[in-house]
Amino acid sequence: MLEVTELACLRGDRMLFADVALTVRPGELVRIAGPNGVGKTSLLRLLCGLGMPEHGQVSWKGARIDRAREAFHRDTLYLGHAAALNDLLSPLENLRFAAACHGLSADVGQSELALERIGLGPQRDLPAKVLSQGQRRRVGLARLYLSENVPLWILDEPFTALDVTAVRDLAEWLDAHCARGGMVVMTTHQDVPFATPMRTVDLAESAC
Amino acid sequence: MESGQRFSLFRYAAPNVFYPLAGRLAPWFAAAAVGFTLIGLYLGFFVAPTDAVQGEVYRVIFIHVPAAWMSMFIYLIMAFWSAIGVVFNTRLSAMMTQALAPTGAMFCFVALWTGALWGRPTWGAYWVWDARLTSQLLLLFLYFGFMALTRAIEDPRRADKAGAILALVGAVNVPIIYFSVKWWNTLHQGASVSLTKAPSMATTMLMAMLVMALASWAYTIAVVLWRVRSLILERERHTDWVGEVLDAKGAQA
Amino acid sequence: MLSVFLEVLRRDLLLAWRNRADVLVTLSFFTIVACLFPFGVGAEPNLLRTIAPGVLWVAALLATLLSLHRVFSQDHTDGVLEQLLLSPEPPVLWVLAKVLAHWLTTAVPLVIAAPALALLFDMTQSATGVLILSLLLGTPILSLLGGVGAALTLGLRGGGMLLALLVLPLFVPILIFGAGAVDAYLSGTGANAHLMLLGGGSLAALALAPWACAAALRIAVE
Repeated sequence: MLEVTELACLRGDRMLFADVALTVRPGELVRIAGPNGVGKTSLLRLLCGLGMPEHGQVSWKGARIDRAREAFHRDTLYLGHAAALNDLLSPLENLRFAAACHGLSADVGQSELALERIGLGPQRDLPAKVLSQGQRRRVGLARLYLSENVPLWILDEPFTALDVTAVRDLAEWLDAHCARGGMVVMTTHQDVPFATPMRTVDLAESAC
Repeated sequence: MESGQRFSLFRYAAPNVFYPLAGRLAPWFAAAAVGFTLIGLYLGFFVAPTDAVQGEVYRVIFIHVPAAWMSMFIYLIMAFWSAIGVVFNTRLSAMMTQALAPTGAMFCFVALWTGALWGRPTWGAYWVWDARLTSQLLLLFLYFGFMALTRAIEDPRRADKAGAILALVGAVNVPIIYFSVKWWNTLHQGASVSLTKAPSMATTMLMAMLVMALASWAYTIAVVLWRVRSLILERERHTDWVGEVLDAKGAQA
Repeated sequence: MLSVFLEVLRRDLLLAWRNRADVLVTLSFFTIVACLFPFGVGAEPNLLRTIAPGVLWVAALLATLLSLHRVFSQDHTDGVLEQLLLSPEPPVLWVLAKVLAHWLTTAVPLVIAAPALALLFDMTQSATGVLILSLLLGTPILSLLGGVGAALTLGLRGGGMLLALLVLPLFVPILIFGAGAVDAYLSGTGANAHLMLLGGGSLAALALAPWACAAALRIAVE
């Protein structure tokens, strides 16, 4: 269970939002909504421990994430705006490196399968620099297919630059994760049909 | 008792409490700085006897030595505040560090400048690669590096933390730099440029030097308090209490 | 635990191999800087022999400085650095792997090229040996301290100049002991003390710098 209390975020010298409270329980799908610039990405970065909150705290399984960082990061997958791809490495190499850094055991077969499921089978050995924007995006998303046992997924605009079928497949995979008892916190500008009832948190209400 | 003391110490670490306190203390230190400087310069320039070897030129040490002491000491204080900031995550300590840096660099520069002026008649050259002068020069670069880094980073919180790391890394290296330069100096220069030290320094000379050291202390404290005050106003301008302070100032004007 | 270290090391070495022109650029820079000195001070053999250790050390130091931005900047722009910071393993491990990769792909080629440059300055064979030893013991400090500087200046405008201002004063002791080792050997006092200090410095930097570097990286992505 992810618990957020009285969270406040400062960017530069501007308070983006304050007093954000949020609880995410197993099986829940939470969407962070709000207009551009309200601090959705900043909130997600605070949730995964990349940023330092100005005030308040984030707890995972009852422990503050800055005190139990390693256990929390073992249970968390964050996909941000940047695709985390190196242009000189192939999608397969990038994916395997990302998985290994996260302590996920992913052999070549599993990684190839994940790339095939996200629709990158044919491109798996090309250098990443020849990929299109949508394909680069998908290399990052392929990690979702290796992270079934990682309970908390924090996704920043996962549907951007994906075509209709890819959006549908990804939505199904997120549904399946929630059905397994996983948790998803994400932002998106698109209306995606989920089977799981989606809870929307409007960040504009907490904006300063 | 102990928890009470701890509480009161941390209470002054809050910017809104420290701001008026600094405002009350700074003028006293400024007055002390002026007083000590006048006394010290009088003692040094009029009372202290003429040096048997160097004549009147030596009197520059009443500025040179306290400036050199202060420039080294300020770096240590910066490292101290940085360590406090890293451990306790207090905002004020980073502001202290940043307020100290320009004064440290200034003293460093004064020490180098007066050193060169002193060196010309004593060694026959404005600059010799003396161990002390060389490490002073490197210290000046450490100050410049610190100021350049904290100013290059726009986000003040990132600037604070990056500055703290740099100050700590620098503080670990300062003694290493000093001893390596000293070693290098003895290997390459030999005894040709050893400072002529008076066998026994006259008491008035020592007094004048100590008074000047006190003056630079008081000056540093006063300037740093003022600088921290403006840093606080800048950093906390979105808070209510700064708004009240600024309103009060506007009403006065 | 060790797997993160090995994965990062393997990846950075693979990237260095795919970017192998970079190594050539560093080596050419090292050579050209060293070759500038005879033009500046004259080609008198005795003078060149005297200044050779210092010149080669300064050139190695500058070459390392120019390569430092490679350690983290690409990963910073790609977002890989964020993912590394989200790894459940301690950041010190992969920081160390990245610095080691930098040392292997920058300092080691410099050390290999140094004897050829020593020939240009007419250094004796045994003096060249001492030079190589001093470079091997001293360059790890350059990579480690430089890594801290690179992490602190990550993503800043004018980062390259700033990095030079931050780390060059800290490099002075390494230059003193590195070039001093060869001088001491030539003057007959023996280079042991210098080399031991360099080695000790490397160990101390190995123990402390990765922590500072990891802290600086965390700040850089915040």
